[in-house]
Amino acid sequence: MDRFLYLTFDGLSRGAVYSAFALALVLIWRAARIVNFAQGAMAVATAYAGYSVADATGSYWLGFVVAITGGLVLGAVVERVVMRFVDRSSPLNGVVVALGLVLIIQGVLGMIYGNEYRPAPAPFSRDAFEIGGVALLSRYDLFVFAAVGAVVVLLTLLFTRTSTGLRMRAAAFAPDVSRLLGVPVGGMLTLGWALAAAVGSLAGMLVVPTELGLHPNAMDLLFISAFTAAVLGGLDSPVGAVAGGLLVGLLLAYVGGYLGATVAPMAVLILLVVVLLGRPDGLFGKAKARTA
Amino acid sequence: MTDLLEVDGLTAGYGAAPVLHDVALTVGAGRIVAVLGANGAGKTTLLRTLSGLLPATSGRVTFDGVDLRGVQVERMVRHGIAHVPEGRGVVTELTVAENLRLGSLWRKRKPGSKATDLDEIYDLFPALAGRKNHLGHQLSGGERQMLAIGRALAAKPRLLLLDEPSLGLAPKITAQIMGLLRDLRDRTGLAVLLVEQNVRGALSVADEGIVLNLGRVAARERADKLAADTDLRHAYLGF
Repeated sequence: MDRFLYLTFDGLSRGAVYSAFALALVLIWRAARIVNFAQGAMAVATAYAGYSVADATGSYWLGFVVAITGGLVLGAVVERVVMRFVDRSSPLNGVVVALGLVLIIQGVLGMIYGNEYRPAPAPFSRDAFEIGGVALLSRYDLFVFAAVGAVVVLLTLLFTRTSTGLRMRAAAFAPDVSRLLGVPVGGMLTLGWALAAAVGSLAGMLVVPTELGLHPNAMDLLFISAFTAAVLGGLDSPVGAVAGGLLVGLLLAYVGGYLGATVAPMAVLILLVVVLLGRPDGLFGKAKARTA
Repeated sequence: MTDLLEVDGLTAGYGAAPVLHDVALTVGAGRIVAVLGANGAGKTTLLRTLSGLLPATSGRVTFDGVDLRGVQVERMVRHGIAHVPEGRGVVTELTVAENLRLGSLWRKRKPGSKATDLDEIYDLFPALAGRKNHLGHQLSGGERQMLAIGRALAAKPRLLLLDEPSLGLAPKITAQIMGLLRDLRDRTGLAVLLVEQNVRGALSVADEGIVLNLGRVAARERADKLAADTDLRHAYLGF
C-alpha cells in the first residue's frame, strides 16, 4: 500500500510536467492547427540557455527567468520567421517543417554544448519528506505542482477574463471574421506561439533535474509522453491536456514501479496507439463539426 | 449631401479572372443602398473588396475622404466600416456576450466607451438579451443574424456592409431586420450597403439600388424607380 501511494505521488508529480507540456501543444494546436513537433527541441534550447546563465551567475532563478523569457522569444520567432510561411494546403507540411526544426535545433545545441549529459541541479531538495511515516513528496515536487498550477490558473484567467484572451480565441476559431472586427489575427498567432513555447520551456526546466541532465535529445521522451497526454485529452481541450498529463504520469509510474522501468516508455506508446484507434477525439473530446 | 463612400473604376477578382469590372458607386451618410443582381453577379465580391478581404486590382475607394487602398482588413473597423459577411460569421464557439464584446473591443481604450454600450445592442435585439451565455452554435438562424448585425453595430460603424441578411430566414424576421435598418438610418445616420437576393425586401428600405450584372453596374437608380422599372426587373432581377 505504501508503495502504491508512493508511486501515485510520483506519477502525479511527473504527470504535472506532462500536463504543462501537453498544454503547450494544445495552445498551438488551438491557435494554428499544427502539432508543434519542435516543442521539445525548443524547450531544450531554452533550458540550455537557462542553465548557462544559472552556471555563470550562480543564480538558478535568474536562469529560470531567462529560460521562460527565451521560450517567449523563441516561440514568437519560430512563428514569425518559419511557421507563418508554411504552405497550409496539407497538414503534413507543418509537421515536416517542425521536424526539420528539431534537427536544426538539436544539431546546433550539439555543436555548442556537445552531445553529453550536463548536470542540471534542482533548485530545491529532491529528497522526499515523510507524511504519516511514508516518504511521498519532495520539496521539488511541491515546486513542480505549484508552478504547473500557477500556469493553469494564469492561462485560464487570460483566456476567460481578458480582452486579449477573447481576441486570441476568436482569431483561432474564425480568423476572417475576427479581422473584420479589428482583431490583429497575425499578432494573436504570434502571441499564441510565444505563450505556448514559454509554457513548454517551463515544463523543460521542471523535467530536466529529474532526468539524467541536459542533452540535446533530453526532451524526446517528454515529448512523446506529453503528446500522448494531449491526444488523450482531445488535443483541443486545455482541461483535457492537464487531465491527460496526470493520467500518463500515473500510468508511467505504475508500469515503471510494478513492471520495471524499461517497460514504461513502451506503455506510453501502447496507450497512444490505443487512444488513436479507440477514441481519436480523446477521452474528453466531443466530435463536433464546425458550422458557419 | 457629401458621399461617405466613393467607389470608382473598381476591378477585383480571384486569381487572374476579374469578377468586378470598373464598378462605380457612392453611398451617402444616412443612406441605404441596395446591391442587387443574380447569383454570381459579384455582389459578395464587391463587399469583400470594399472591406479589404480581397485586394482590388485597380480602382479607387475613398471613405470620408480617406483613401482605403492598402488599408488592412483589421484597420477598417477603425475607419468606421463594419462588414457582416455572408453566412453570418458568428463565432459559434463563443457566447453571445463574447461575440458582442468582440465587436466593441477595438474601441476599448477610447475614453467614455463602457460595457453599457452593449446594453444598446440588447435593447435593439431583445431576443439576444435572454441568451447572453449561450454559445453561438446554440442559436437559431435568425438569432445568429441578429447577433452578427448586433456585433457589427457594437463597433459603432458609420457604414455597414451587410451581405444577404435575409438568407435562410423567415419572412417575418427578414422584415424585422429591414425595419431595424431603416430605424438605425433615421435615428443614427448609419449608412448601409445592403447586398440582397430578396429584391422586394431590400428595395422596401433602400434609398437607392444598384444592379450588378456579370460584375458590371447595369443600373443605378432611386429605389422606388427601380422597383417600378418593369423591363429592368425582368432583365436582371427575375420578377
